[in-house]
Parts: sequence; C-alpha cells; structure tokens
Amino acid sequence: MRYLPLTPDDRAQMLSVIGAPDIEALFADVPSAARVTELFNLPLHAGELEVERELVSLAARNRPAGAGPFFCGAGAYRHHVPASVDHIIQRSEFLTSYTPYQPEIAQGTLQVLFEFQSQVAALTGLDVANASMYDGSTACAEAVMMAKRVTRREKAILSGGVHPHYAAVTQTIAHAEGMEIVRQKAAIDAEADVIAAIDSTVACVVVQTPNVFGVVTDVTRIAEAAHAAGALLIVVTTEAVSFGLLKSPSERGADIAVAEGQSIGNALNYGGPYVGLFACREKLVRQMPGRLCGETVDADGRRGYVLTLSTREQHIRREKATSNICTNSGLCALAFTIHLSLLGEVGLRQLAALNHSRARDMAGALKSAGVEVLTPRFFNEIAVRVPDASAAVEALLADGIVAGVPYSRLDPHAGLDDVLLLAATETTTSEDITALAAALKRRAGR
Amino acid sequence: MTMNNVGRPTGPGAGGATAGHASLTGGRGLLQDEPLLFELGGWDKTGVDFDSAEHDASDLGDLVRTAAIGLAGLSEPETMRHYVRLSQKNHAIDLALYPLGSCTMKHNPRLNEKMARLAGFADLHPLAPVSTAQGALELIDRLAHWLKTLTGMPAVAMTPKAGAHGELCGLLCIKAAHEAAGQGHRRTVLVPTSAHGTNPATAAFVGYSVTEIAQTADGRVDLADLEAKLGDHVAAIMVTNPNTCGLFERDVIEIARISHAHGAYFYCDGANFNAIVGRVRPGDLGVDAMHINLHKTFSTPHGGGGPGAGPVVLSEALAKFAPAPWVVHDGTGLKLVEEAAGEAAQAFGRMCAFQGQMGMFVRAYAYMRSHGADGLRQVAEDAVLNANYIKARLSAEMTPAFPDGPCMHEALFDDSWLEGTGITTLDFAKAMIDEGFHPMTMYFPLVVHGAMLIEPTETEPKRELDRFCDALLALARAAKAGDAARFTGAPYLAPLRRLDETLAARKPKLTWRPDPPALSEERAQVLAS
Repeated sequence: MRYLPLTPDDRAQMLSVIGAPDIEALFADVPSAARVTELFNLPLHAGELEVERELVSLAARNRPAGAGPFFCGAGAYRHHVPASVDHIIQRSEFLTSYTPYQPEIAQGTLQVLFEFQSQVAALTGLDVANASMYDGSTACAEAVMMAKRVTRREKAILSGGVHPHYAAVTQTIAHAEGMEIVRQKAAIDAEADVIAAIDSTVACVVVQTPNVFGVVTDVTRIAEAAHAAGALLIVVTTEAVSFGLLKSPSERGADIAVAEGQSIGNALNYGGPYVGLFACREKLVRQMPGRLCGETVDADGRRGYVLTLSTREQHIRREKATSNICTNSGLCALAFTIHLSLLGEVGLRQLAALNHSRARDMAGALKSAGVEVLTPRFFNEIAVRVPDASAAVEALLADGIVAGVPYSRLDPHAGLDDVLLLAATETTTSEDITALAAALKRRAGR
Repeated sequence: MTMNNVGRPTGPGAGGATAGHASLTGGRGLLQDEPLLFELGGWDKTGVDFDSAEHDASDLGDLVRTAAIGLAGLSEPETMRHYVRLSQKNHAIDLALYPLGSCTMKHNPRLNEKMARLAGFADLHPLAPVSTAQGALELIDRLAHWLKTLTGMPAVAMTPKAGAHGELCGLLCIKAAHEAAGQGHRRTVLVPTSAHGTNPATAAFVGYSVTEIAQTADGRVDLADLEAKLGDHVAAIMVTNPNTCGLFERDVIEIARISHAHGAYFYCDGANFNAIVGRVRPGDLGVDAMHINLHKTFSTPHGGGGPGAGPVVLSEALAKFAPAPWVVHDGTGLKLVEEAAGEAAQAFGRMCAFQGQMGMFVRAYAYMRSHGADGLRQVAEDAVLNANYIKARLSAEMTPAFPDGPCMHEALFDDSWLEGTGITTLDFAKAMIDEGFHPMTMYFPLVVHGAMLIEPTETEPKRELDRFCDALLALARAAKAGDAARFTGAPYLAPLRRLDETLAARKPKLTWRPDPPALSEERAQVLAS
C-alpha cells in the first residue's frame, strides 16, 4: 500500500525490539468484545488511477460555476484567483505544517498570520484582527458571544438584512449560551429599523452591509444609537471585495467587524473551507476569540512572531476560555493573504470597481428587460422581483443559465418567494448578462 | 590550494571558524531575512491586471471609500519570492517526522489535493441548484457511509468545521435531547483531568458546568470516582479514547454502561481514532457521539493550523437532533435538507453557513478509497506499532509515564529522567530543533509532569524512526552528561533563537501599523483613474 512504508520484515524486527509476539499483543487493552477481527464491509484498497476515475466521474456530475452564465452569490462569490496563489499554498512547508506551536521553526506561517491580521485590520479599519475563524457565519456568532462578555448583557438584535444562515448559526450558539436573539423580519432595505429595538439591555446590534439583498447601508446612525445605549455595533460583510470600494466598518462606527473572506484567494468549494475575518477595537482585544499572532524578539534580539495572548484560549484556560476554538483556517488565510498581496491597494480598488461596474451593467440590463430591481444601492449583488423565483431558477437552467439564488431557499418562511438574489463579479461577461436578461424577459412574457 | 586552469579553487578551501559566524546581511546562507509584506510592497504596486471599469461608483455617493485602505501590493515575481522565502522557515511533514502527540501529523497524499481541485468540486457554488450538484451530494453521502461503517454508528452530522466545532455539535445534540426528554436540568459535564482543553471549553461554551474525573495510577478513568460523580445533574461525560496518555480505556464499555444508567450521554473525543480505525467500532463501545478529525485520521492537510473538518457520528438517540443541512435520497436523486422544519423539526439549528468542509470531504474520501477496508486496518496497526517501537527504544534513556503494557498510537514520557540535569522538557524540545526534528507535544496531558507525548503515525518508515530515536537518545545522554548549554540556550541553528513570548503578551503588537497617511493628491488621482 503506497502510503504505508513499513515492510513485513520491518514489522517483524520492530515487534522483536518491543518484545511483543505479534501485533495483537499491542491491542491487548481493547476488550475482546470490542475487537473487530474481520474486515469491514467496505471496498478494498485502490490505486491512484481507480480512485481518480471515481472522483472524476463524481465531479463530472456537478456543473462548475465557470461552465456558463452564473449569478449565484448570497455569501459565496466566484472570483478569479491568480495561479500563483494556489501554487504557493501547495508548497509542502505551508500545506503540511501544523499550528505554529514551535515558533522557531514556524516563522513562515507566523509571519503570514501577522500579515493576514494586518491586512484584515486595514480592510475593516479596526485596530486588531485575529488569525481567522472557520467562516463568516461562525465569526458572526462568536462576535455576538464576545459582545455578551464585554457588556455583560444577554440580548442581541439582528437586522432583517443579515444572511439567514448567519442568523441561524448565531441563534444556535446564542441559544446554547442562554442569550436572547431578536431577529428582525426579513426586509430588503431596513437595516436602520434596528434602532427602534435598542435599549439598555442590548449587548450588541448586528447589521450587514452589503446585506443579503445586496443593499449597501450607511450604518453610522445605528452605531450612534447602539453606543448611546452602551451596546456594541457588529458589522457583517459576506463579500470581502466590497472593502475595496466602500467605506470601512470602522469609519461607520463598528466596534467589531466580521466577514467571509472566501472571495479573496479561495475557491467556492461547495461551501468550505472558507476563512472568517474578525476584527475589533483595541480595547476589546482580550475578549477576542481565536488565535492571535504577535510580534516579539528572539534571544538574539531579532524580530520574530509567536502565537500570543493565549491565556484567552482553551488549552490554557479550559472551561474559562473565551471560546472553544482550537484552530484557525490557516491555509485559506494564507491564500487570502497572497491574493491580497498580489492585488495590493490599487488592485483591490480596481477589482472592487470592476465588480460594481458589472453589477450596474446587470441591473441596467434587467431593468431594460422589464425586471424590477429591488436593491436601491448595491455593490455587486442585487435582489430582483421574479414571480416564483425558485421555479424561475429551475426553468433558466434549461437555457444553461444559473440565475442566482431564490431568497426563499435561505429563508423559506419570510414570504419573499418572488425575490431572486443575483451577483455579478469580474468573471461575469456582458454576454452572460445579455443571456440572463433575455431569458428572464422571455419567461415574463410567457 | 588546488585550482583549475582559470584559477578557480576546486577544493573546500582552507576553512576558517564556522561556529558563531554571522552573515553581514542577517540571513543564513539560503535562508533570507525576509521583511514584512508592508515593508516590501507599495501602495501603487500590483500583481494583477484588470480591465478598467466601465461605470464609476457615483451611484453610491458618500458610501464610497475616500481614505486609503493601507494595503501593500507586490508584483507576481516579488510575491513568489516573498512567500517561498517565508515557507523555508517552516518545518513540515514532508521534511521530517512531526511527532506532535494528539495531532496525528501523517503524510498528505497529493492525489487528494488534485481531486479537491477538480472544477466540479472546487468551482461549485454552495447554493448552486441541487440538480447541478448531484455529484457533490453523492460524495458527501458516500463519505458519510464510510464514517458510519467505520464507527458502527447510525448517523453522522457532516457540517462541523473542525474537531472543537464537532464537540460543540455533539454537545448541542445532547443538550437538545435532554431538553426534549424533560431533562433540561442536567447541566454538568464530567471530563477526565487528562482531557484536551477543548472538552471543558466546549462544555462551558454551551452553558454546562464542568466537573473533573480522577485518573487511576495506570492512566485511565477512575471508575469509582466516575460513579460517585454521576447523578441526575449530569448531562454527559466526555472521554477521549484512546485517551491523551496514549492508552486504551480498558473499562470503556463499563464507563458507557454506568453513564447511561445515570441518564448521561457518552461523548467520545475522537481525536485519536487513528489508533483503532478498522479494528474497533466506537458504536460497539456505547458511544453516543464522537467527532472525527478528518485532518488527523483521514489525512486532510493541516495547512499551518487549519482548515480542519469535524463530522460527528451520532447514536440513534441523538440522530434526530443533528443540525441542518444534510443529504437525503428521494425517489429521483439526492436532496439537500437546508431548513430545520417539518421533517427536521427537532434539529438543534445550524453549525455554519453552508455544507461544511467540502474540500476536506473530497480529500478524506480519496484517502479512504485509496486505503480501503484492508488499508485502514493496517493504518491503525502500523500507527500503534511505530509508537510502541519508539517507546521501547527511548525507554533506554527516558522514562515512560506508563511503562507497563503497550501504548496505542502515541508514547508518553515524563521528565523524571531529566531530574538533576537543570534541563526542562522545554529545553529538551528546543534542542531537538537543532537536530532537525520538530519537538513532540510538551506539557500535555496535564496529568504527567513535564509530559512529552510522541505520535509518529503510520506513515513513518523504520529508517526515519531510527534516525529520530538515535537523535533523542544522543540528546538524552548529552543531557545526563551535563551538557546543559546545548539545551538551555537551544535552538541555536533554527531560523530564529528562542522567542520572547512574555514580551509578546505584555505589549501586544498584533498588526503592522503605518503612519496613517492622508491620501495625497497624486495617490488620489492614480487611484481614481
């Protein structure tokens, strides 16, 4: 077997050094009732060729986003990732290393994490960022739990524009922690409605911009209202490229910013692995969840990096830790950092402008085709009104078009069955947009 | 001196002192002293080329950013150099043994990487119509079948994104089950003193209080203490098996029985499943929930600390509380149940935005198919054989924490053999770095003084095990011979010497900070163009 280096001769020699008669002797502590002596009812080992055939045939039963006109967004976005990104993350020293517990021989990973944290802090405009979370949704839930620790209050308000899956993850965690979540009714352009719900019992207010309907909101007034009540403002962003065009969460008064970082450096991967971004104001840092990398010096006074403030973490604090998290999304964070290094200030701004421009094209073409655009201010994603959006998506598949995400798929009980979410990125061509508009027009005409 | 005909010396030269020789530039030969991205790059430099945007952002008014972001950019050649130079400061499993106990650092087959990058998997949107993702759902279903078969459990929740996330999922199932049965008053979780830190942290995260269970002198759960602490207030016990001392819990069936008799569920931390895969089914032991670290047992790469993947297998009693989404067969094909309603009304909620770590599922499935039922059994046997071999060889100079009987997949030593040398476990670990080895897990489990936990995994050849044992035995002899400076000042030969962790925590510097520049005229013009 190709991944197992020991030969029968090695095994015999090793047993003799150990002083064991056979391999069974090494499993002597397993009660006989629990020992399985026969092989499990599963296929036997297979060569590379055979495994590859099976997986290629499974992959062929999926339609990749790049196979034709494609408009899905709603928390995951198709962007072009430069070839060098994937090349670097497949280097053995990054791919096959572990958490940098021995900093002297993990400076590569640690310096990348420091660069990642610096980039995330710059994008969000906040002082500090951690070394990443599992994804945007778990980062959102952790932010709410952090607000509880900071304010010692037990209620959170979620706007009606927060991605329903993010809200569900947050509710799941909050329920377990005995925290109350007030989730406002799904609404396309009503982030500011949270203001009316803020009172002195509220730990935090969670708003999303651009929200799940694509609406960009100036959250400054919400921040002021939250702060006046002693609550924190958490700003959620599912499309990290938008940071290149829009004012940062910090400029708008956010105390904590969380985001899905998949758009930068990471493939769609059917939902994971992704990379959650988490940043906050400096004074809150000791309540932050997750790993942090910090700068220090070595015994010769040379600059180096280590994991730090670990007294917040589970392996030191056990049941008193700020979170049970024991990992970050290391390789996805590396991909994010490399891609963002390639983009730089200029490139990210250009990419963001291009995304916004394509979305303007899309919105314009759909309006011309008689489709009602519901999103007043957008970055690269819009909501449109299409009767029975689910059926429309299925119908357009026959034309080879993946026409976005019906909102009802995310939130079946909101009564918004006629809302379709559409995203355009730099990968969307004008031919794609023309085909989409024509197909929706044909359908409306029927 | 020997020279060729153009005067180029061909011998090694007269040679001077090499010890303590420092370069003039701060690097060490090919190992460059590499600045931060922000010190190398420029605000006006980029490694990508884009079409210019046709429309401006005037429609967004003052929602548009005016201040600089503060990012630094690099061209592609500079990017390659920067990250390749950084990579060379890392240890990796592809370089040498990576004996971190409890972490299962095994070889990562490259076939798995190739398969995860097939466009049908990598370029598949999580909300693509399910009729266009049937192959992905089929893969999730097949992987689930393997996980259920290997563990002897009837159900599996696939979405948790890491081991600790799996623990959270398992405990949320248990909490939901108790609440559904009118047992919501059970608020205590029992955890052995040797447990991973994530166990008590997870229990506390879901609002449970934690009580520790004592350990016997031979490194197992103290049954009498467990029984004394069980009661109507206990929601669950969390036990790692094989445990963090590298030992199989001989009484595991009894542990499950008495826990169940007191109305508690048995959560098994499956971090060490590698030791028993193909030979023991946790379902046969009475386990109610167990997470499986796909990045450990099933070899998805650790990637410098993630991403992981932590599906949780569940007993019949807990299955109906599993979180959305999951895959079901209907008459025509595979379907994704995404909303915890109707048929799924008892699901406790949702763990993450989408379907979990699909990229890891592809890799883990490729790994399982490659090994098959026969290969996976061999995995456990070789992992245990390798650990016992290390334990046997190192016992010549070092003191195993539990000398009697075999260990499972990892060998645990204490620091009593270092007594009187003035050398600590940490010093010894740092000296290993100078010999080209990554240290073992140190000071864990907490129940053993100065613990050194060594897990070689099954993918180490005997030659590498011998090289490792020879190096450690030589170091141990040096320690006992009084060569303390070799240890207390180590590492000497790594990219950096020992780092000041106290300074890092006392004055945290967590980001590179520019002096905040106002966006100059010139920059504003360039950026706007």
